[in-house]
Amino acid sequence: MLYFDHNSTTPLAPEVADAFATAARDFYGNPSSTHRAGQLARQALEQSRRTIAETLHVSPAEIVFTSGGTESNNLAILGLLRNLPKPAHAATLAIEHPSVLGPFRQLETEGVAVTYVKNAESLAGAIRDDCALVSVMHANNETGSIQPVADIARVVAARRAAGQTIYFHSDGVQAFGKIPVDLAGIDLYSISAHKIFGPKGIAALFVRKNTPLQRIQFGGRHERERRPGTENVPAAVAFARAVELATTPSVSLRDEFESNLLSRLPDIHINASQQPRLPNTSNILFRGVSAEALVIALDMRQMAVSTGAACSSGSLEPSHVLLAMGLSRDEARSSIRFSFGRYSTAAEISALADAVVESVNKLRLRSSQEARLAG
Amino acid sequence: MPDNPPIAVAMSGGVDSSVVAGLLQRQGHTVVGLTMQLWNQRRLPTLVSEGGATGRCCSLDDVYDARFVASVLNIPYYVVNFEDRFEKQVVKPFVDDYLAGRTPIPCTLCNNFIKFDQFFEMADSVGAEKIATGHYARLSFDEASGRYQMRTSVDSAKDQTYFLFGLTQPQLARTLFPLGGMIKPEVRVLAKELGLPVAEKNDSQEICFVPTGDYAAFIDAYFAEQGIDPSMTDGEIVDTSGRVLGHHAGTHHFTVGQRRGLGVAAAQPLYVISTEPASQRVLVGRGEELMKNSLTARDVNWLSIAPPNEPRSAQVKIRNKHSAAPATLIPTSDPSRIEVRFIDPQRAITPGQAAVFYDGDLVLGGGWIDAGSR
Repeated sequence: MLYFDHNSTTPLAPEVADAFATAARDFYGNPSSTHRAGQLARQALEQSRRTIAETLHVSPAEIVFTSGGTESNNLAILGLLRNLPKPAHAATLAIEHPSVLGPFRQLETEGVAVTYVKNAESLAGAIRDDCALVSVMHANNETGSIQPVADIARVVAARRAAGQTIYFHSDGVQAFGKIPVDLAGIDLYSISAHKIFGPKGIAALFVRKNTPLQRIQFGGRHERERRPGTENVPAAVAFARAVELATTPSVSLRDEFESNLLSRLPDIHINASQQPRLPNTSNILFRGVSAEALVIALDMRQMAVSTGAACSSGSLEPSHVLLAMGLSRDEARSSIRFSFGRYSTAAEISALADAVVESVNKLRLRSSQEARLAG
Repeated sequence: MPDNPPIAVAMSGGVDSSVVAGLLQRQGHTVVGLTMQLWNQRRLPTLVSEGGATGRCCSLDDVYDARFVASVLNIPYYVVNFEDRFEKQVVKPFVDDYLAGRTPIPCTLCNNFIKFDQFFEMADSVGAEKIATGHYARLSFDEASGRYQMRTSVDSAKDQTYFLFGLTQPQLARTLFPLGGMIKPEVRVLAKELGLPVAEKNDSQEICFVPTGDYAAFIDAYFAEQGIDPSMTDGEIVDTSGRVLGHHAGTHHFTVGQRRGLGVAAAQPLYVISTEPASQRVLVGRGEELMKNSLTARDVNWLSIAPPNEPRSAQVKIRNKHSAAPATLIPTSDPSRIEVRFIDPQRAITPGQAAVFYDGDLVLGGGWIDAGSR
C-alpha cells in the first residue's frame, strides 16, 4: 500500500513508536498520585508539555492536553463563549473543519449569532461590535490553503484596543508541524499529534494566559481545571517526540506530481493553486470523472488517496470546502486530495501519477461511451 | 489486474446480498463489496418512525452491517454515494407520478437507472466485469436466440422479476443473481454456515426512502421541504355519475382500488376508480366498476424475447402481489406500446404500475400501465 493521505492521518514514526512504548511501560503511574510512580509519570507529562510549549514559544501553563483536534476545537469555542457574559456574535469561515463548525452550530441553538464567511478576506467586515470570538483555521485540510491568520490577528487586536471583548482562535491541526507557526495575536490554537506522525488520541490547545476559558467537561481538577480526566502520559510523551521530529515537508515532490499530471491529462485543475498552500497537499479537479470512482480505482491499485470529506456512513458528500470556494457540486464531486508525507519518495509519487493518469483515462473513456449511447 | 477479475457485489447490509458475497467468495471468486448510499434518512425527519430510521435501506445501521459482513469475509468494501442521481431518477419521478394521478414503483426505476446502471461505473472502478445482487430471479444465456433470458425465482414468494422487467441485454450480460435458484430458508441457513452476522436479520418490506410506508405523508413532507403548496392537489371526490360526494386533501392520498380513508358516507362500499390530476378530482364507484378487460403499456422493454410482430398469449402481472393472469399481447403501430387484453376482467388496473409479461417462468418483458386503460 502506497499512502498519500497524510492530511487524514499519518503513520507513527518509528522513533515516536519507541518513545510511546517506553513511556507506556515506565510511566504507568497516575500523574495525580502522591507516590513515586505517580511522580515519574507527572515528570514525563510536564516534560512533554514543556517541549511542545518551547516549540510554540509559549509558556507550559498555556498548553492543555486533550484527546484530539476535535476536542481542542470544542474546548476553545464552547469553553470560551459559554464563559463570557452574553456573547452575542462570533465569526468564522465556511471552509472550517466540522469540529469547528459543529460547536458553532450548537452555540447558535444557545443564542449566539454566528457569521460564516466564504473567505478570510471578507472576515474583517463581518466582525460585529458585539463579536466575542473569531475562529479561522491556519491551513485547510482539504485544499491545504493557508489562511492569513496574522492579518486577522491584527484586525482582532485593533478591535480589542478599541475596547471590544474579543478573542481569536485558530485551528492549527493541519498547519502545526508542517509550516512555521507564530502565535502572536492568537489566543487559542489547536494542534494534534496524529497529523505529524504521532499517535491518535492526543492533542493540545494553546490557551493564552488570562483567556477566560472554562472547562466543558466535568470531573477532576486536571490540566489546571480546564480538562478533567487522567492524563494520557505515554501519548503525551510520544506527541512531544513527534513535535521534536517535525520538519516542513518538501514542496518539490508535490510540484513534480502536479506538473506531471498537468502535462499528461487535459481538463484538470489544481484547486486553491492561486493561494499559498501547505507544501504536502494537492487537491485536483478531474473534470468528467467521479472522485468516488477514482479513489476506489486507486485503492484497488494499492494507492490510498481521498476526497476531503467523508460523511457518517463513509460515503462521499460534495465537499463543503470546495463548494464554499465556488466549485459546482459536479466539480466538487470530481476532486481528489493527495497529501504527501515524510516518507513519500519521488519513485512513489511517479507511480501514483502513472496510476492516476491510467485510471482517469479509463473512467473518462467510459463516461464518453455512456454519453454516446445516451445521446 | 489478476487473471480472475473480481465480482462487484451490491451489499445492502441485509441477509440476501450478504449471502451473495459469501457464496461467491466460497466458490473461489474475488469479491468486492459496494454499498450504495441512495437517500439520507435524516432528510425528512418528520417521517422517521419511532425508534429512529433503523433497519431501513441506507440507514447507518445497514451500512454498519454491510461493512461488518465485508470485514468478516475480509473483502474490500466501499460505500458509494448516489444520492444526487437517486433524487433525480427515482424520488422526483415518484413524486411526479403521484401528482400525475399514477401510482409509481420506485424500485423499478432504481433498478433501471441506479443499481444496474450507475453501479456498473463503480464496478469498472474496482476492475469488475460482473456485478452480483441478492435479487430473486434467474438468468441464463439462450444460445438459439443469442439472448440473455430471465426466469422467475425458485422461491415464488420472493420472486422479484416484477421489478426487473426494464433491464437490457447489455445489463443482463454483466449481472449475476446467485440466489435465484434458492428458497429463502436455504439462504438463511447459508448465512449461518458462512458465519455472517446478519443471518437473523428481518427482511425489508417498504420502499427504502419511505421508512414508514406512508407515501402520502412522504409526499407532504417532500412538498414542505421543497416549498411546494400542498393545496395544488386537493379537490373534490365525485362518483361516476359526476355527483360531488366530498372533499379530499390531495390526489396523492389515493390509489386505484383503495376503499379506506375516503371520508364519504355511502349506502354501499365505494372504491377509488381513478385520480384525475387535471381537475384534482378523485373518482369513486362500486367494486364492479374497478374491473377492466384491457390495458395499454408504454415504454415496453422486451427482455427474454425479441419484440413480437404478432399477437401472442402470455400471463400478465399488473402489480407485484398479483397472480399473473392469462392475456393476449397485441402489438400496436408504436413499437414502444403494447395492448394487453385479459381473458378475464382484472380488478384495479392502476396507471403507473407495471404490466409484466410471462410465459410460464420466462419473463418476456414489460411496460408501464398507461392512464386511460379500459
